[in-house]
Amino acid sequence: MTLIKIEHAKKVFDNTVVIPDLNITIKEGALFTLLGPSGCGKTTLLRMIAGFNSIEGGDFSFNEKRINDQEPSRRNIGMVFQNYAIFPHLTVRENVEFGLKQRKLDKKIIRERAEKYLKLIQMEKFMDRKPEQLSGGQQQRVALARALAINPDVLLMDEPLSNLDAKLRIDMRKAIREIQREVGITTVYVTHDQEEAMAISDQIAVMKDGIVQQVGSPKSLYHRPSNEFVASFIGRTNMLNAELKHNEEGIAELHLQNDFTIPYPKLNHLDDQQVRISIRPEDFIRIEDTTSVDTFKVRIEDSVYLGLNTEYVVSLTDKHHIQVTEESSFDEDLNVGDRVHLTINTNKINVYCADGLTNLSEVK
Amino acid sequence: MKNTKKVNRFRLDIWGIAGLVILITYLLFLVYPVGNILKQSFYTSELGFSIENFSKFFSMSYYSDTLFNSFKVSITATFFALIIGILLAYLFAMFDFKGKKFLRILIIIASMSAPFIGAYSWILLLGRSGVITSFLSRIFGFQMPDIYGFSGIVLVFTLQLFPLIFLYINGAFKSIDQSILEAAEGMGVTGISRFFKVVLPLLMPTVLAGALLVFMRAFSDFGTPMLIGEGYRTFPVLIYTEFISEVGGDAAFASALAVIAIVIALSIFMLQQVVSLRFAFSMNALHPVRTKKVTGIKKVLVYVASYGIVFTAVLPQLYLVYTSFQNTSGMVFQSGYSLDSYLEAFSRMGNSIFNTVRIPFFAIILVILFAVFISYLAVRRRNAVTSTIDSLSMIPYIVPGTVLGIAYLTSYNTGIGGSGILSITGTTMILVISFAVRRLPYTIRSSVASLHQISPSIEEAAQSLGSSKLNTFFRITVPMMMPGIIAGAILSWITMISELSTSILLYTVNTRTVTVAIYTEVIRGNYGIAAALSTILMIFTVLSLLLFMKVSGKDEISL
Repeated sequence: MTLIKIEHAKKVFDNTVVIPDLNITIKEGALFTLLGPSGCGKTTLLRMIAGFNSIEGGDFSFNEKRINDQEPSRRNIGMVFQNYAIFPHLTVRENVEFGLKQRKLDKKIIRERAEKYLKLIQMEKFMDRKPEQLSGGQQQRVALARALAINPDVLLMDEPLSNLDAKLRIDMRKAIREIQREVGITTVYVTHDQEEAMAISDQIAVMKDGIVQQVGSPKSLYHRPSNEFVASFIGRTNMLNAELKHNEEGIAELHLQNDFTIPYPKLNHLDDQQVRISIRPEDFIRIEDTTSVDTFKVRIEDSVYLGLNTEYVVSLTDKHHIQVTEESSFDEDLNVGDRVHLTINTNKINVYCADGLTNLSEVK
Repeated sequence: MKNTKKVNRFRLDIWGIAGLVILITYLLFLVYPVGNILKQSFYTSELGFSIENFSKFFSMSYYSDTLFNSFKVSITATFFALIIGILLAYLFAMFDFKGKKFLRILIIIASMSAPFIGAYSWILLLGRSGVITSFLSRIFGFQMPDIYGFSGIVLVFTLQLFPLIFLYINGAFKSIDQSILEAAEGMGVTGISRFFKVVLPLLMPTVLAGALLVFMRAFSDFGTPMLIGEGYRTFPVLIYTEFISEVGGDAAFASALAVIAIVIALSIFMLQQVVSLRFAFSMNALHPVRTKKVTGIKKVLVYVASYGIVFTAVLPQLYLVYTSFQNTSGMVFQSGYSLDSYLEAFSRMGNSIFNTVRIPFFAIILVILFAVFISYLAVRRRNAVTSTIDSLSMIPYIVPGTVLGIAYLTSYNTGIGGSGILSITGTTMILVISFAVRRLPYTIRSSVASLHQISPSIEEAAQSLGSSKLNTFFRITVPMMMPGIIAGAILSWITMISELSTSILLYTVNTRTVTVAIYTEVIRGNYGIAAALSTILMIFTVLSLLLFMKVSGKDEISL
């Protein structure tokens, strides 16, 4: 198994710095995802690991062996592309055997190995077909088998599912996850789809403008996003301005602009300041009996019924609109213009400094 | 690590070497001869640098009139070819009638034959003692208008060139969506007015591209006006006769004419580029135009027009096939039928038939080899050298064949710079190279197109699987490009076997091709042999076309 280490990576395209200084360590056998909006440099980074993009600075290494100057064909990588990149003039079997033949292996071994991986992806029935007779999903399975058959040190996947339709995508990501676990290969996976990233990854690096914003498990990214960008990129959230103040007893409180106050003793150690609060739509709780809990009043502006949940857009007394999600029920009967009372699940909110770049809840 | 670096550099060198070899080839066989013509036209040993040759041309109407004549026939023929070609394509796209596939194949055959053969056949049909002429005068006492000169050249060019317009427009119709026509109809624009207001503007980019091609072909063709023009001399005829006149020929003056021809071709080419940019837009048809059933008088008109046009276009070919079986004595066809013409053609011109296979065969191998490397270098490895090669490779597209022929003759007569190196005049090699250089642009375009279809990630996939760059090129890229290249090469092959304007200048007794043989036999008045050879050439063309359709899996040709 291979440990991938990237230190001070730098990428320049036509005098534009795309990746200024990037550091990532990917553990042996992990499925590591580079996630970010288009143009964030995730594919660029993947192609630097593969060797298809030049490296303008820094060190890339597999198990402490520097690979910067190695030809892609000598890095022993398996790569899966967005457009499958199946060789159309070769049969399914010949596609899988292609990499093995480059290694000048014994013919019998080549056949056996190709068949083993075609079985793994359940394509052994289609062995002698030409790629044009396969669906997109089948082609991508063949691409995966072809990449794995050469026993690569690392597997690189560049948005492998984005050309597939929605249902197939979910089946395929499960298949990829299972096969990756079974083979136990260090995998770098690029996607712009945060749901896909959450479903498949051990670790995710969220990137923006060539800079890694946060590296963490899907859970930590969702619940403790390290800055405002990650908070709003992973899942959905409401960002509200608030003021951090201490009351007479020295307990920190967050004063929202609609005059609602959240006691937040976690931040007692900080000075009074302006802050930004991230509250996910599901962390607002509708309260009907307002006597025991502090609540604030909102007006329903719009609602979308999605089956499992109902999403509301509500306006606060300060005219700000926020999104609220509630599990749907048959009896629910809230209409535009209705006024309801909400409170906040304070355990799950995240507080950022005024520029949104630091998560204050994290600071110890 | 060091080791891999070394291998790396060596591999890069292979592409560098390929680029340099191609560049040197173009310098030797394109830049040098064309440059040589340029030099000859301006520089004489007595006067040094002078524009005397050019002022001689423009000051004497005996010479300059030919340029005017050329423009006149080319513009008129382009105009008529456009009308007939667009009309026919419109009928094909809009109406439902039987035998379209058959007609389309006939049209392709008509477009692939050498124009001068059409001219010769039309003389047999409509000339002073032509069959139709004498038939009409004998039965009706009707005197046909004179076919020689301007009208004859225009007739032959129009019938020869409208198939190209048809093929272009026919392709363009496929990118017009049915819904566009229906939208126009919904707004009350139908029939003729819809054609002019909606359909024609949509076809405009293609019309312009087709018009340029047709104009250039007409402008640079030399065999047709030579045979049917009589006193009506066009510019290519002047270039040829000035170069090959009995009194030794004036190479310097001919070179000046060649330079003028290049300048004109270049200006028209650039004009077309500018104009077509203005009209450029892209269309994508989800639902191609559906053909309509027609009835009554309309149906009759559609059939008469489409079959009539196509029949007229292939009539000269058919008539030649017919006469090839007639007994002949010189220019006179006798009664009775036999294979005598064929026997004589084989015994006297057998080597020309062999040459027509042999010379284009070598040329096509060069074409494929160069096209694969040039397109790969130009698309995947763009740098100063490969861009230069890319531009150089397109020059023969606009240089008339006669001009290239003269350039080759004068440049390699005594070797490069008179050194004796590459003194290839009179050899098979000079014909092979001239054919290859002239037809490369077509095959390069088609291989560039097929290379653009191949996503770079396919090559990257091969590399990630451990395949070296060179191995990837030969095992993955080339096999994937092959169908496109072969299809393009067969088309080049067909144009090579019917080529006249370069080979008429470069041939010797040993390297005479069928087209040259037909031309010389027509001039000598051996009509039987000429007809037999024309039929053989036609069979070659049809066989090649069938091969093309089999390889490309299409019954259509896009140019």
